[in-house]
Amino acid sequence: MKSNRGTRFQLFKRKHLCIPYGVFLVLFIIVPILIIVYYAFTDDNGLPSISAFVGFFTNWSKVNVLITSVFVALQTTLLCLLIGYPLAYFLADKKVNKNAVLITLFVAPMWINFVLRTGATRDLLTWMGINGGNMPYLATLIGMVQNYLPFVILPLYTTMLKLDKSQIEAAADLGANPVQVFFKSVVPQSVPGIVSACTMTFMPTMSSYVISDTLSEGKITLFGNYIYLDFANNLWHDGSFMALIMLVIIGISMILTRNSGKEEKEGGAAW
Amino acid sequence: MVKKIIGQTYIWFILLLMYLPILVLIAFSFTESVNVGVWKGFSFGLYGDLFHSKETMVALANTLIIAITSALVSTILGTLGAIGVFYSSKKFRKAFEFVNQIPVVNAEIVMALSLAIMFAALPSLLFKIDLRSYWTLLIGHVVLGAPFVYINVKPKLQQMDPSMYEAAIDLGAKPHQALWKVTLPEILPGIFSGFLLAITLSLDDFVISQFTTGPGLLSAGDPKIVTLSILIQDKIKKGPIPPQMRALTTIIFLLVVLGVIGVSVYRRYQAKKGTSKRERRA
Repeated sequence: MKSNRGTRFQLFKRKHLCIPYGVFLVLFIIVPILIIVYYAFTDDNGLPSISAFVGFFTNWSKVNVLITSVFVALQTTLLCLLIGYPLAYFLADKKVNKNAVLITLFVAPMWINFVLRTGATRDLLTWMGINGGNMPYLATLIGMVQNYLPFVILPLYTTMLKLDKSQIEAAADLGANPVQVFFKSVVPQSVPGIVSACTMTFMPTMSSYVISDTLSEGKITLFGNYIYLDFANNLWHDGSFMALIMLVIIGISMILTRNSGKEEKEGGAAW
Repeated sequence: MVKKIIGQTYIWFILLLMYLPILVLIAFSFTESVNVGVWKGFSFGLYGDLFHSKETMVALANTLIIAITSALVSTILGTLGAIGVFYSSKKFRKAFEFVNQIPVVNAEIVMALSLAIMFAALPSLLFKIDLRSYWTLLIGHVVLGAPFVYINVKPKLQQMDPSMYEAAIDLGAKPHQALWKVTLPEILPGIFSGFLLAITLSLDDFVISQFTTGPGLLSAGDPKIVTLSILIQDKIKKGPIPPQMRALTTIIFLLVVLGVIGVSVYRRYQAKKGTSKRERRA
C-alpha cells in the first residue's frame, strides 16, 4: 500500500533520466541530418530543386570518384580480410597463442593519434621509395590496410573464439583434409565475423579522405575529399547531396548486414 | 608443431609491419635530421624542441582538455540515457537505440558535415555569424563518444538483478538514493569502459574536430582551437612530419605501452580473483 502510493505521486521516474540524452540526440544527430536532406534538394534561394541531384549524375568526374572510392574500399576490405583472417584464426588458437596481451597489441595502434600514424606511414614509404609521386595508388592502399586492419581483426577474433571445436574435429575424423576442414567448417562458422569486419572497413575507407590525401599527395580523390572540398568552397547543396548518397549507401549496407544476422540466428535456432 | 611455428611467425611479422612506421619515427626521434632515413648523430635535442614548441604544447593542452571534458559529458549523458531507456517501453527503446546507432555506423564525414552546416553555414547565412567555438567542438566530440558509453552501460543494466533496486525502495530508500547506491555501483564497470572509449575516440579524432572547431573560450585572437590532429594534418600536408613530433610519438608510444601493461596486469588480477573465488567456493 505504502509503496503503491509512492509510485503514484512520484514526479521523478527512472525513465525520465533519458530526457537530456534524448534531447541531445534530436538536436545534434537528427536535426543536422534533416538539414543535410533539406540542402540536398534546394537551391540558393531556398526553393525546391534537383540541381544538386542532376549536377552529380551528369558530372562525370564525380561519378568517377564514387566508382574509384567503391573500388579502393573493396580492395582495402579484401586485403584486410586476406591478412586479418588467418591472423585472427591463429590468435584464437590456444595452441599457437597463449597470452591475451597479443590481441591488445593489435588494437593498441588505435591509441596513437590517427593523423600521426598516417604521417608516419607516409614518411616511411617515402623513405622506401614509394611515394605519391610515383605510386599514389599503392601508397594509398598500404595506408588504408595499415589503418583498418585492427577493425578487421577484432570482430574476426571474437567469432573465432566461439568456433565449434568439436565440429572441426569431427570433420577431420571423418576424413576431411585440412583444406576441406578450413573451407567447409571454419569459414562457414565465421561468416558473422566476416560480415561485421567488412562493414567496419568498407564504409570508413570509402568516406575517409585524410589517408588518401596524405599518402597519394592529393593525387587520389575519394568520396570524402569531394564532400570536404564542396563544403570548403561553400557549395553546400552539392556537398549535402553527396553526404546524402553516403548516408543512403550506409543505410543499405546496414539493412543487408542486419538480414545476414537474422539468418544466422534462425540457423542457430534450427540446430 | 609446424602450425604453431607458422602461426607465431605470422602473428609477429604482421605486428612488426603494423608498428614499423611508428618504430621508425621513434628511432629517428634521437637524431636531429629533417627527414626520417637520415641519421645525424645521437641527440636528445628534439625532446627539448618539443617542450619549447609553443604551438605543439598548446595543441596538446587543447586535445587533452577536449578529450576529458567531452568524455565526462558523454559519460553523464550516455549513462543517464541508458538507465532511462532501460526502464522505458519497448517501442521507445527501439526508436532511441536506432538514433543512438546512427553516429556509430555513420561515416564521420557525414556527421561532421551535417554539424558544420548547422553550426557554421546556416547561422552565417541567416545572421552572418559562425557559431563554431569550443562549445561546438565539445558537442562534436560528445556526438562521437556518448553513443559508445550508452552501448557499454546497457549490458550491465541487463545483467543487474532487478530485485535489488526494488528491495532498496521497499527498505525505504528514495528513488535517487536507490539509483545512486544500488544501480550505480552495479553498472560502474560499464560506465568506466565507456568513459575510456570516449577519451580514446576524442584523442584520435580529426574529421569532426576539423569541421566543428572555432575560436577558443578565452582567447579572442585565436582563429580556431587547434588540436594535435589538426596541427599535425596541417604540417604533413606541406612536408614530412616535423622533427619534434617524432619525440612526441615516442612519448605517446611509451604511454600506450604502459597502457597495454596496465591492461594485462588488470586482466591477470581479474583472472586470479576469479580462480581464488572458485577455490573458496570449492
